[in-house]
Amino acid sequence: MDVLAILIPISLFLGLLGLGAFYWTLKKGMYDDPEGDSRRILRDDYDDHPKP
Amino acid sequence: MSDTLHPPPASACPACVAAPAALDRAQSPPEGARIVLSVPGAHCAACISTIERGLEAMPGIDSVRLNLTLRRVSVAAEAGVDAAAVTARLAALGYEAHELDPGTLSMTETDRQSRDLLMRLGVAGFAMMNIMLLSVAVWAGATDATRDLFHLISALIAIPAVAFSGQPFFRSATRALAAGRLNMDGPIALALILTVVISLYETLQSGKHAYFEAAVMLTFFLLAGRYLDFRARAAARSAAQELAALEVPRATRLSDGGEMTVPVSDLAVGDLVLVRPGGRVPVDGTVTAGRSEIDRSLLTGETLPAYAGEGTQLSAGEVNLTGPLTVRVTAAGKDTSLHRMADLVANAEAARTRYTSLADRAARAYAPSIPLLSLGAFIAWLYISGGDLRLAVNVAVATLIITCPCALGLAVPAVVTAASGKLFRKGLLIKDGTALERLAEVDTVIFDKTGTLTMGTPAPTNLDDHPQAPARVALALAQGSSHPLARALAAALQDRGLRPARLDDVHEVPGYGVEGLWQGARVRLGRAAWVGAEARPGTAAYLAIGGETRAFDFTDRLRPGAETLVAELKAQGKHVILLSGDVPPAVRDMAARLGIDDWQAEAMPQDKAARIAALHEEGHRVLMVGDGLNDTVALSAAHVSISPASALDAARAASDIVLLGRDISPIADAVRMGRLSVRRIRENFWQSGLYNIVFVPIALLGLCTPLWAAAVMSISSITVSLNALRLK
Repeated sequence: MDVLAILIPISLFLGLLGLGAFYWTLKKGMYDDPEGDSRRILRDDYDDHPKP
Repeated sequence: MSDTLHPPPASACPACVAAPAALDRAQSPPEGARIVLSVPGAHCAACISTIERGLEAMPGIDSVRLNLTLRRVSVAAEAGVDAAAVTARLAALGYEAHELDPGTLSMTETDRQSRDLLMRLGVAGFAMMNIMLLSVAVWAGATDATRDLFHLISALIAIPAVAFSGQPFFRSATRALAAGRLNMDGPIALALILTVVISLYETLQSGKHAYFEAAVMLTFFLLAGRYLDFRARAAARSAAQELAALEVPRATRLSDGGEMTVPVSDLAVGDLVLVRPGGRVPVDGTVTAGRSEIDRSLLTGETLPAYAGEGTQLSAGEVNLTGPLTVRVTAAGKDTSLHRMADLVANAEAARTRYTSLADRAARAYAPSIPLLSLGAFIAWLYISGGDLRLAVNVAVATLIITCPCALGLAVPAVVTAASGKLFRKGLLIKDGTALERLAEVDTVIFDKTGTLTMGTPAPTNLDDHPQAPARVALALAQGSSHPLARALAAALQDRGLRPARLDDVHEVPGYGVEGLWQGARVRLGRAAWVGAEARPGTAAYLAIGGETRAFDFTDRLRPGAETLVAELKAQGKHVILLSGDVPPAVRDMAARLGIDDWQAEAMPQDKAARIAALHEEGHRVLMVGDGLNDTVALSAAHVSISPASALDAARAASDIVLLGRDISPIADAVRMGRLSVRRIRENFWQSGLYNIVFVPIALLGLCTPLWAAAVMSISSITVSLNALRLK
């Protein structure tokens, strides 16, 4: 059971990491246009060079 | 459209040089402004490319981003590029666009609220998953110290998570309680707090059961419903309200010092105001100089422009068409007819009985039963167990969790979100969440004519009666005017491949028509009396070549989809009525064309509202579709109302649903969707009720474990959401 002392902090840390990532995406406005983004990924306009 | 091979004769006419359409949008945005436009037609990946590339190619545009979810394009542009230019470019690309006001506070406020809810949802989700990991270990058989440790860690996660994520419920519950009411959030807040407190107590006492995951899960599912609800309404509300109005905030005042541009609110009775062609009349007043024609369609529904000369009374909101007018102000600001209309609307809205939504009715019936049931369980178990307080509290909490309306919270928003998403794709914005429910009850549909069933633009009907030579003369003359009839005539003749005849000395006589010289003969296009022709019934423009006169008849062009819409509504068994402020012949024609038996012409705004009130008296539920200022009272008096995006601001504000595209036929879909949605909502209520009927007895018997509670909660929420997605 000693392994719990390591595993529980790790799982909590990973969870917090996920929450932090979620917070970051939220601040960056990544949920503002889900429909458009799902289609943008299929465009080949900027495949060879990044968007200016 | 106006690509003339011929030198445009318009240059001779001062009125046309002052390009009318550009004038009422004369205020260009400030430097480096963001222009936001609603583009209802955008729907695919190709649209993103076309719009973004097409606009980026325009000079002065820095960046373009299309938001496909909101059907909105935002453009960062240098100074000097105005929304009208972008709109025109989008029209050339094949997309209809309406300008939005980007600076509005409410838009950012909506964004902030939506992010706030999403953050709370995220925290609840995170906490739920982590606690579930620990709870699974407990359910799998962890005992003694391990179980207590897991419960303790769960408590550490759950308490801050519920305190943060549950705030929308706590706030709403306290607000309701302070007002002396019990809403659905009351029992929810009670359940959340009681569950966490009792579970913490049990944990500290090394009890077997703790309900932390249930508390967090409840928060999560309820927040999901709340978020869906908010998202659906916010998208519609912001777009509908911010379709920029072409109201006149400014007027040109004439004084001894010359012209001065002043805010309309600064105008006083007796001032002289200049109204340029294409401009909207800002005040009520009398014409003191100038001759022109004015478009009254938004106020009265008349298609035909009316003559305005010295002494003519003008009302605020009318559009000046051909010549500049000097107007002496007789009423400004609050006293104008425009404002009196607004007061009528306010009265009608106050009179409209507040509609109680299905969700409210369900909550009202259900909310009190939750605390009562668990209180009953508590007292009964206290009595049965002979005073075992801890056991009684445990059973009461289990009952509270099982009865808590997790699925009920999702039942309505999930359906409304699915339905409004489907309708949005068809070009309909639902502004009010209960609009779908009200739409389902509709049995009578009332249409306005001008601008609603028709495009509000005339189209010539008897072009075939005229030989080519006079038609070419008419085309050349029509190109010299910006009068709606002339423009429609020119466009129609050009579409037939005609080239304008060569004319000399073309000039417009404001209020009468256009005249010029053709092969030495005087030619005129305009009013019957002015060209010397006999007036015909209905709308017509008259052409005189020497002594010979001809008439071009006009009719208002039908909005696309109007015929199918009326046919479909009749097939659905609705009673269709046409109420218009226009003259009887025009209305009779339109009714005959669409197959509407019940029509009324020359209806005043009050008449329309009175008719609706009478129908409501008889127990009918009325859907009003209208666009003009003369419809706003009727729109707010009706059970549910729809207006096209081209409608006046006041009309859009008064209606529940805004039609974004030009095609009017989606209204039939909306009515059908309303009925379907209500059916799904009822099904959802029954489904979540069924879970309670089965599991409440189990909880009351004290057999409900935290595992049961978690399973019931998630399964009922998922089935309710899936049922909403069945909506086609």
